[in-house]
Amino acid sequence: MVPTSYYILLSALLFTLGVVGVITRRNALVLFMSVELMLNSANLALVTFAMARQDIAGQIVVFFVIVVAAAEVAVGLALLVAIFRTKHTTDVDEINALRG
Amino acid sequence: MELIIFLITAAVAVAGAVAMLLSLNAIHSAIFLLINFVAISVLYVLLYAPFLFAIQLIVYAGAIMVLFLFVVMLLGAERAEDTRERFVWQRPLGLTLSAILLGLIGYIALRGPAPEARVTNHQFAAPERIAEALFTTYLLPFEITAFLLLAAIVGVVVLHTSGSQAGKRE
Repeated sequence: MVPTSYYILLSALLFTLGVVGVITRRNALVLFMSVELMLNSANLALVTFAMARQDIAGQIVVFFVIVVAAAEVAVGLALLVAIFRTKHTTDVDEINALRG
Repeated sequence: MELIIFLITAAVAVAGAVAMLLSLNAIHSAIFLLINFVAISVLYVLLYAPFLFAIQLIVYAGAIMVLFLFVVMLLGAERAEDTRERFVWQRPLGLTLSAILLGLIGYIALRGPAPEARVTNHQFAAPERIAEALFTTYLLPFEITAFLLLAAIVGVVVLHTSGSQAGKRE
């Protein structure tokens, strides 16, 4: 039996790696991937607690998080394609004007 | 035995995440993220969550990663980053703050006694149980996700059509 705290530490480590990605990378696509990594680490913590407490509610929340993540990626990537059409870049440092 | 599987899978997950951050090509990043997602789905099996294992593989590793790869290849933006930094102190500062964040999360996670797993029923999260909860207790959120997905579809279509009209005007 693996102790619960191992899973929580792994989740914390993955979340921090996602934060590092958002802070240090400038390619908007990699930024999106880092956000997905953070969502996944939170999901891992939720499933761990669902197992530890023998309660199914945590897994239901993870299911909804996955649905929201799918919608977010679809809209986010569509925005990215629209930005790329006008600016011809995905570098977030270059995208600094609100008007298109 | 379970601990060995956990350690190997955790190492693969962390390695995938680190490699995603370090690779400069966005396609390589996407593939490394895929490895990370598959490793996490294996952890779901260890945590007695067979339904989420399938969903993780189908939705994340399947649909979302295909979408990512498709957009990367569509834009041809694999190498959008050049090495020039606008602020020199940005990266070290970000890494330092992230290390502090990791310390904080780790401290908080280990401070209280974590609820120890006492698995009485291995079938507590069988797909039938999930479906039962989803269609009775959580019926309203489930219906709202239908609205959310509809809004996402409409949003993507609107973004796409208005973008192509703007392209025609130019």
